[in-house]
Amino acid sequence: MSIFQYVVLKINGEDRPVMIRSADTLLEVLRNELGLTGSKPGCLNGDCGACTVIVDGKPMKSCLMLGVEGTGKEITTIEGLQGTAIQQAFVEYFAFQCGYCTPGYIMNCQSLIENEPKATDEKISEWLKSNICRCTGYEEIETAIKSVLRESNSKDRPISRESEMD
Amino acid sequence: MIPFEFEYIKPNTLEEAVTLYERLDSEGKEPVYISGGTEIITLGRLNVLYTGAVIDLKSIPECHVMTRENDRLVLGGCCPLTEVENANPFPLLTSASKEVADHTARTKITLGGNICANIFYREAVLPFLLAESTVTIMGPDGKKTLPINDLFDQTLQLNKGEFLVHITTDISSTKAPFFHMKRRKQWTTGYPLITVSGMKKDGDIRIAISGLCPFPFRSERIESCINDRFNSVEERVSSALQQLPGPILNDTEGSDQFRIFTLKNILSDLVKTLEGVDH
Amino acid sequence: MTNIGKSVIRKEALDKVTGRAKYTADFPSGEMLHGKSVISHYGHGTIKSIDVMEAKKEPGVRAIITGKQYPLTGEEIRDRPPIAFEKIRFHGEVVALVVADTPAIAKRAASLINVVVDPLPVVNSPSEGVSKDAPLVHDNVAEYEREEGVHPVPKTNIANHTKIRKGDMASGWAKSEIVIEENFSFPPSDHIPMETRSATAEIRPDGKVLITTSSQAPFMVKELLSQYFDLEVGKIIVKTPLVGGGYGGKASVQQEILAYLGSLAVEGRTVRMINEREEDMITSPCHMGLDAKVKLGCTADGYLQATELTYLVDSGAYSDKAIHLSRACAVDCTGPYFIENIWCDSYAVYTNHPYPAPYRGFSHAEVHFVFERAMDILARKLNMDPLELRYKNAIKPGHTTPTQVKLNRSTVGDVPMCIEKVKQLSRWEEGQLIELNERTVRAKGLACVWKNSTIPPESSSGAIITFNEDGTMNLMSGVVEIGTATKTVLAQILAERFRMSVNDIYVKMTVDTQSTPEHWKTVASRGTLMGGRAVLAAAEDAIRQIKEVASCVMKVRTDDLEIGNRRVFLREDPKEGLDFRDVVYGYTFPEGNAIGGQIIGRGNYILRNITYLDPETGAGNPGPEWAVGAQVVEVEFDRRDYTYKIIKAISVLDVGRVLNYKGALGQVTGAMSMGLGFGGRESFVIDDKARVLNPQLRTYRPVHFGEHPEYIVEFIETPHIDSPFGARGVGEQGLLGMPAALGNSLSLAAGVELHHLPLLPESIWRKKEGLNT
Repeated sequence: MSIFQYVVLKINGEDRPVMIRSADTLLEVLRNELGLTGSKPGCLNGDCGACTVIVDGKPMKSCLMLGVEGTGKEITTIEGLQGTAIQQAFVEYFAFQCGYCTPGYIMNCQSLIENEPKATDEKISEWLKSNICRCTGYEEIETAIKSVLRESNSKDRPISRESEMD
Repeated sequence: MIPFEFEYIKPNTLEEAVTLYERLDSEGKEPVYISGGTEIITLGRLNVLYTGAVIDLKSIPECHVMTRENDRLVLGGCCPLTEVENANPFPLLTSASKEVADHTARTKITLGGNICANIFYREAVLPFLLAESTVTIMGPDGKKTLPINDLFDQTLQLNKGEFLVHITTDISSTKAPFFHMKRRKQWTTGYPLITVSGMKKDGDIRIAISGLCPFPFRSERIESCINDRFNSVEERVSSALQQLPGPILNDTEGSDQFRIFTLKNILSDLVKTLEGVDH
Repeated sequence: MTNIGKSVIRKEALDKVTGRAKYTADFPSGEMLHGKSVISHYGHGTIKSIDVMEAKKEPGVRAIITGKQYPLTGEEIRDRPPIAFEKIRFHGEVVALVVADTPAIAKRAASLINVVVDPLPVVNSPSEGVSKDAPLVHDNVAEYEREEGVHPVPKTNIANHTKIRKGDMASGWAKSEIVIEENFSFPPSDHIPMETRSATAEIRPDGKVLITTSSQAPFMVKELLSQYFDLEVGKIIVKTPLVGGGYGGKASVQQEILAYLGSLAVEGRTVRMINEREEDMITSPCHMGLDAKVKLGCTADGYLQATELTYLVDSGAYSDKAIHLSRACAVDCTGPYFIENIWCDSYAVYTNHPYPAPYRGFSHAEVHFVFERAMDILARKLNMDPLELRYKNAIKPGHTTPTQVKLNRSTVGDVPMCIEKVKQLSRWEEGQLIELNERTVRAKGLACVWKNSTIPPESSSGAIITFNEDGTMNLMSGVVEIGTATKTVLAQILAERFRMSVNDIYVKMTVDTQSTPEHWKTVASRGTLMGGRAVLAAAEDAIRQIKEVASCVMKVRTDDLEIGNRRVFLREDPKEGLDFRDVVYGYTFPEGNAIGGQIIGRGNYILRNITYLDPETGAGNPGPEWAVGAQVVEVEFDRRDYTYKIIKAISVLDVGRVLNYKGALGQVTGAMSMGLGFGGRESFVIDDKARVLNPQLRTYRPVHFGEHPEYIVEFIETPHIDSPFGARGVGEQGLLGMPAALGNSLSLAAGVELHHLPLLPESIWRKKEGLNT
């Protein structure tokens, strides 16, 4: 037992051995020890959701979890999410501007899609109010998540490189 | 960033947890038990909480139960709030839980963590106060089970080295008609301005309140005013308002006056909702 | 092949949805040291002692800096010690700085520093600040070094006074048959960008200062550091990667100074500062508060005759941008109406509050709350439809503004058309107030908006275009990508001019002051106008060079040549021509000799005919154009509980020309959301000792998902002649009328005039019950 611990975290399907402070949050481990800077610090207080990752299938604010609590769990960060329908929908529907809240928002949306493919408006609202987006008025995010849920049985599509749309 | 260092230990049994606590305490580590552990992070970051050792209870099976034994519901202190909501064994608890923090945070915040929290709203306790549940506590003297209404006075009165294992509730209470209302300073996000839970049991209305005082409470005096059916709803509510404990919060969420104004309206809605309902 | 107006997807989209987009704090820390501020817990006080003994003992602490006589800083008045010296003037002010090996050590050491303070009486609002016998936040503001055009009042808390004197007040009041006088106010609040500010500084042995910062104004960082610390300006290199939201807050220069001082204390090693949320809200600059008084008069048939306005801008403890903010309050001191007689005094007043940065709309949403609420109160007194009152008085071409600029169609757009359109969209005719049941009513509130930007006359923007071997292009502009997609819009403008696909234009997303041409600051909705004109100029420059090479090769006159699809060709026979790939790195003749060489397009833009304001009358041309609009907010209000929901928010904005439809829409709805948050919930809660009680996102809550209304946005397109394709600013306008329209709808719904923000159920209840507010 020590104030430092050697842990192996399973992140995006890979075992990542790392020496950490017991007092480090998962967010700090991801960013400072593993270079996974997609998860963003916004408040370090569990209030904004910018650091959201998926832990054992559920959305998790990585600033509210100690790194040492992550042992034995499947952790997915934005870096582990590529070419999903929700990412494409965020692009298509302009569901971000500065992009800072985006990784956390997308992880929460992805978890919602996986856990609640038939989510009602009320359920969507309950989940998505866990994140703050200061740039959009949320309408674009609402459109994006609903478009994916509508096709909840569709396979993940690759992100289009087409950059012009009407 | 938590500025201080601590050891992190995750025992697998109740006994191990207590032994660890005693050892770490004797070493001057000021140990704390955690289940969700969100406050050690958020209040630790602000230097409001300090510890040299964290004992994580999440691996202890008894703390993680969610079972129905005969006619009783047993919920472990380490159950995350969202797990309890999804299973929905106690609809009033689900209603109260869904209003705590936000969905993502509630995948981490646990039942025991919320009830034993430093942040004083502790809204998850309200349904158990109304249901007259019992709590099972582990500590240096072993395991004991007590009525929650005996043990909960503003906070769960735990002695040094004790922690909440699980809470047991009669199934009949989980099915009782209920009322739950959380009103915030503005719109649908944030701490309560006032949260009121109500339950109709054995013909009487029970009421527990958070956000009015710097602690949650259930008050017999308020209940007896509210259940005085000889008076009109308005009269019952206004006599209940004479029985409020103190101090009434006057803070960034709202003034004491506005809280009482809001409480008055919520209580009358509560009475109207539960009055006509038969169990 | 026009792409103008299309929803071209932003260039950095894929980076942003995959977590690859890099912000300032995302770059590896390597050998960096970490800085941590110790902040004041007092609003006002004298520093008796700072005990750093315990902190120094922490292993890994490299330096502890406490206030000494560093050069004073501040944009227009040099009144701010970078680290508090002798005196503390606001809650959150930096009193010491720790530099250590890790963030945890720095923070631990910072918490061990003991600051002993003798509290002083506080100035807790700008009204208090101008009252007789108010404590002085600064002993004598007039003794500080200051820029031209700043008018402090010696030995008072007034850091600046701007006057508007238009027309003849006596005759205006004589013609006014109906007059109202009202007071309005709101406390300071914050921008809440999701990325808190962060900055690193390194000082190289040769004196080079390398700064990386999440800033809207990297070029100002360079200029101000040079001025403040007497550094050679060329030795300062500032880099800004993507910025996670700014909204004006990151246009102030503050944290960079601390990082620089930190680096200075450790032999120039790299020092990183990252604000925690609490510091970002109160230590770094916030959003101004305001106390205001308005007197407004009109004829019995509703024609505005005169207005007298006093604006007391809460300048906080230091004047910094408050000088400029208070000036902007004066420039567009009314709503978008023609009023012949205007008298306005706008003051920046020191208080013991955190000090303000610009905030999206630059004083306009603030002034509009005051003036547009007053318009509704006047309409009620007149017994006139508030929409009709506004329509009658809408400012139009030929009218003059408060600063006496005579308007034309290009400079002011079409206010009446915005009002007509919003009338339709909001179904105004069905009634402003509809009772749904005995408790609930639906109410609509209207506000008209306008905004010019009072940016310095000499502000300029530059752009550089280079080519790749395949004829595609690279675009470099000093505009910072803060989320507005301006860099993508600039690529659209360039693509349009070159008649090529926007996919073939690569945009440099980051700014590096050494290699990116300057753009004054990414503020004021001026990226498209100024950056766009610079890009068009650079395009002309490159096209001229391409044609020159082609004309030589093809033996034709340059003016017979056209460009398009990455080719230069003969106008008469487009098949005759050269691919860019054969021209842009020089043309090589078959025998081997080459002409031309690498083509680099360069362009710049500087606003024309902008003048300083006359210090006595305020007359002058403050900026290039007014973007105008009309907005409606519809609420559902519970008359028993005083709670309400915002059902709809509608904006009709004259944006000149839409360049990127979904981009523009997102700017508008995002700004509306922010404005509704500012109007409905966001404010610092400040106690009687001037301490901010809610510097966290739990207790200071921006609008969350599900709290948002239905948005309806429509664009009017009256071109601004000077701007690329006629576009007006669009980044701020959506915010401007939201607090006022919300206030108007709730005043109607609750049946009581509301004068203060934020519009909380409790504040409406207090007003209705006649309790203290």
